[in-house]
Amino acid sequence: MSKSTATANGAAAEVHHEHPPYQRHHFESVEQQADTTNFAMWLFLLTEIMFFGGLFTAYLIMRNWYYPAFVEASHQLNIGWGTANTGVLIVSSFTMAMGVWSAEMRKKGMLVLFLSLTWILGMAFLGIKSIEYHEKWEKHHVPGLHWSDASFLNPASDPEVYKEYHDKPLAPDMAEKAGMYFFLYFAMTGMHALHMIIGISLLTFMIFRARAGAYTTGHVTYVENFGLYWHFVDIIWIFLFPLLYLISRH
Amino acid sequence: MSAATIVSLPDQSTARIPKMNFLTKENGLLSWLLTGDHKRIATLYLISITFFFFIGGALAGLIRLELLTPQTSLMAADTYNKVFTMHGVIMVFLFLVPSVPATIGNFVIPLMVGARDLALPKINLLSWYLYIIAGFMVIYTMAAGGVDTGWTFTSPLSTHYLNTHVISTGLAIFVAGFSSIFTGLNFIVTIHKMRAPGMTWFRLPLFVWSNYAASILMVLGTPVLAITLVLVVLERTVHIGVFDPAYGGDPILFQHLFWFYSHPAVYIMILPGMGVISEVVSTFSRKRVFGYTAVAFSSVAIAVFGFFVWAHHMFIMGISNYAALVFSLLTMLVAVPSAIKIFNWAFTLYKGSITFETPMLYAFGFMGLFTIGGMTGVFLGTTGTDIHLTETYFIVAHFHFVMVGGMLMAFLSGIHFWWPKWTGRMYPEKISQFAAVVTFIGFNFTFFPQFILGTLGMPRRYAAYPPEFQALNVFSTAGATILGVGYLLPILYLTWSLKYGAVAGNNPWQATGLEWQTQSPPLTENFPVIPIMDHEAYDYEWLEKQNLARLRQEEVV
Repeated sequence: MSKSTATANGAAAEVHHEHPPYQRHHFESVEQQADTTNFAMWLFLLTEIMFFGGLFTAYLIMRNWYYPAFVEASHQLNIGWGTANTGVLIVSSFTMAMGVWSAEMRKKGMLVLFLSLTWILGMAFLGIKSIEYHEKWEKHHVPGLHWSDASFLNPASDPEVYKEYHDKPLAPDMAEKAGMYFFLYFAMTGMHALHMIIGISLLTFMIFRARAGAYTTGHVTYVENFGLYWHFVDIIWIFLFPLLYLISRH
Repeated sequence: MSAATIVSLPDQSTARIPKMNFLTKENGLLSWLLTGDHKRIATLYLISITFFFFIGGALAGLIRLELLTPQTSLMAADTYNKVFTMHGVIMVFLFLVPSVPATIGNFVIPLMVGARDLALPKINLLSWYLYIIAGFMVIYTMAAGGVDTGWTFTSPLSTHYLNTHVISTGLAIFVAGFSSIFTGLNFIVTIHKMRAPGMTWFRLPLFVWSNYAASILMVLGTPVLAITLVLVVLERTVHIGVFDPAYGGDPILFQHLFWFYSHPAVYIMILPGMGVISEVVSTFSRKRVFGYTAVAFSSVAIAVFGFFVWAHHMFIMGISNYAALVFSLLTMLVAVPSAIKIFNWAFTLYKGSITFETPMLYAFGFMGLFTIGGMTGVFLGTTGTDIHLTETYFIVAHFHFVMVGGMLMAFLSGIHFWWPKWTGRMYPEKISQFAAVVTFIGFNFTFFPQFILGTLGMPRRYAAYPPEFQALNVFSTAGATILGVGYLLPILYLTWSLKYGAVAGNNPWQATGLEWQTQSPPLTENFPVIPIMDHEAYDYEWLEKQNLARLRQEEVV
């Protein structure tokens, strides 16, 4: 009995259906493959929400505890660069969406163009972010590494910020808590930047593959799923920007 | 052959190991290390978690040896702290969390749903590599001098007071967490999108349901643990952070974030085990699981309730009385779906044709021990008694009843149950029945005295204790020795059976799952042709008809 099944199995295992080269062996159809990987990406983004959720919770609780320190510390951020970066990311989401569209339309040149634009905008975001980080370093606002409470103990010592906000001096123990704000600022924007770096690395790989025509023969799931990731990273920033830069403006 | 017998057993003496199977498909180390086959990855996982189980077990042995005498005789108190911390870290993150899902689940879920592989084979392999990296980091931590925070990393102990290797342990668990996330993600996607034609949600074996529920917890809970540990690591690196009160942080916030994962984590550990028990109980009482739908939904209910009970770990940590009241009440609610499972298994046994093969013995062990573990959990979920019992040996006994008496029994039950499918060979029945009984006896000797010690007030996590507790501790250590024998036996005879075990044939248990309707060991692509599911789960009459049809065909031939 088992001999007959074994040979039957062996014979049948040799039979392979014709399918496009990008269809992985364990999927029954391309549609199933697209559907499955798409669902997996959404689930992954759900885990990412929980991941950032821990940081957001910590931020909101600490902000409630040390409100004055958080307000003054956020005044030290550069709103100009922050807004510019928000703009850069939103535009990059648009170019990414256009990239997905060109892959679907099977336009190879357009796809490479839009992916490259997205890559450039991603790098621009990181560039601006590093300018901002550098500014924090110069102002001694990097907790643990390069830190001083001076601008919170004596806000007038920072005339540019003081001119705009007229912050009152904080008590020393509260001024110290500005360090908490910057700890969370670096943790949150750093974690976001890490996601950007991962995204840009994948994008580099994709641009080369796109030039070889990998995504313009009907196999768009990879571009589509990467697009989801890119938009998600964008959305994280859309939440970070108001929480860190805007809600303490006045 | 007469149709009067309930089961028409196949003639095992004629069965042979099929020449073409997933083990023989390719040879060489690389064909294993770069495999995408869920069965091979499951095998890799099985070997690695067994390795870590025995390291964790050896550490447990050291703990029990130290506790043989009231004084600190074997090791210094801070060494003892490191030993129990490493025991906890290894057992929780490197054994219990991946135990059933990453090994048995990885192996049988695609077979059960009628798919050729998990949805994302590369992610599955990545998950194993992350596990191995985490394992090496833990070994590095041990070699470098260990960590003594306890597996809970309680802040400010972990962030301020200690000078041990918190960072490398924290990062190891971060990495292990992503391994677990990827396993869970893969399961959810596979169960949603890869089911064979006709395999509706309510035809899925209950093992699939319970792994689905555990996967939800992995996917939603683990990232929170990951970010919490990142914050602990950052806090230790830059000496500012959100958990340490000395920097203005909130240690209760750490507790909330940590237990938001780590309470659901105990359901990650137990739910897949419950799935094993459903399969085994049904197979060896030859009856459909009583109240299939209720059991299926009880898994999901445990997953959902599991997310809203975390603060019961914090009753003595300064949460408000009202919060404690609400969390206490919610904790009681989890007992309901757990009880549904136990009662339904009991009703499955009722009037079943029960046989006592090894998996069934382990399953009986599970039902008894898990019930005790679960009931004592209700004591601990009650705010008043919790304040008396928490941080004593009562709590140690409670979670060992659930985790060791429950999950480990279920794991061993499952390993024995699917061993013939996995290797194509039977394990030796008599000695494994003996091992199951030894484990059960050893377990009770080890952990039951700890309930008494706890109620008498012996605190956990101390290397020394007042002399009046010695008698019970000696009992416990003696039991641990028996338990150790119970765990060593399977590794010996299972290894033996790889070469000398009787050939199993396709379906030695006459079980109904799709995994049993294919050859053992299965082909790399699982099924020559994707099966069409045309019957309910646990339909033994369908199986009987199949067998009769096959016999008739053979008579014609």
